[in-house]
Amino acid sequence: MPNTRIRVPKTAKAGDAVEIRAIIQHPMENGFRLDSQGTPIPVEIITDFSCTYDGGEVFSVKLEPGLSANPYFSFFLKATKSGPVDFRWVDQDGTITTATEQLDVT
Amino acid sequence: MNRALVAILACAGIVATFAAVFAADQVPAQKPISGYDFMTPEVQQLQDDDFANPGLLWVEEGQTIWDDTKVASGKSCASCHGDAVTAMRGVATRYPAYSVEAGHVINLEQQINQCRRERQGEPDFPYESEPLLSITAFVSTQSKGLPQSVAIVGPAAESFERGKAFFYQRRGQLNLSCSNCHEQHAGDHLRGESISQGQLNGFPIYRALWQTMGSTNRMFAWCNEAVRAEPYPAGSQEYVDLELFERWRGQGLNIETPAVRR
Repeated sequence: MPNTRIRVPKTAKAGDAVEIRAIIQHPMENGFRLDSQGTPIPVEIITDFSCTYDGGEVFSVKLEPGLSANPYFSFFLKATKSGPVDFRWVDQDGTITTATEQLDVT
Repeated sequence: MNRALVAILACAGIVATFAAVFAADQVPAQKPISGYDFMTPEVQQLQDDDFANPGLLWVEEGQTIWDDTKVASGKSCASCHGDAVTAMRGVATRYPAYSVEAGHVINLEQQINQCRRERQGEPDFPYESEPLLSITAFVSTQSKGLPQSVAIVGPAAESFERGKAFFYQRRGQLNLSCSNCHEQHAGDHLRGESISQGQLNGFPIYRALWQTMGSTNRMFAWCNEAVRAEPYPAGSQEYVDLELFERWRGQGLNIETPAVRR
């Protein structure tokens, strides 16, 4: 499973906008490159990334070839109630990588 | 031990130190400047970000390898060395260094592999492989903020001289030596790109061009190819010698692994 790093604040005040950051280690091979022998390197990318907060989707991206390696996303989330923030990356061959962090709203 | 003897020994020590310093007659040709200072603010910002710096993914992977007990001897790096934060602090500043076991100067990657071979009973990580980059980055980052200080006297002197000769030797179809760019033209531009001094204090680096981590030897090979010279294989003694000379050139620069470069 690819290595991921996520950052969600441990606690937040209700109504605050908190910054969420997520990065995954992935080559994001675009399929247009050739190796040293001239053979095309097959495409190998992550196709979907989504984030849910307490069960509801808050952020979702469809990734295409041409994005740089180790895609990194940062966005803001309005803290309303305590709940898990789940991250989900889907590889082109269907491999799912997940990560989760609890956000406590005070 | 009486006082006079202590004084004599102390004097002898000082004389020996001076002799060693002068024997090598050695001051770098210019004041070292980290590659960081030649980067654009955006790249610098990415390196300074303790979350978004992509090199940290490899550092984390390195921590996993450090604690991995699934090896032939059943002993992880941590089983002998303990916590890397204290045990590996300052280690990266000293490499490449002369190894008694190997009988020549070796770099950090080779030291790690030597340890792995002899104490873990596992085959070497191939040079430039993900695990070797990860563990090297992990060990190096423990020395973050400490100045580079490699030994170039004693058994390492010969290696140092070879490295120095390599640095000043013109090579390739473009007939350029390392020093032509990185010493005589550091701070100037090659088209849109600024020329750095070619310092190694941030290695292994995350290089945007490669979209991945790379070791010193990969950088040397890349540079050699850029002047259209045949690169040496990664981990070759030529490159280790060059690395020793280069690290010495950057004597006093703080380690900043994992650095981000363009």
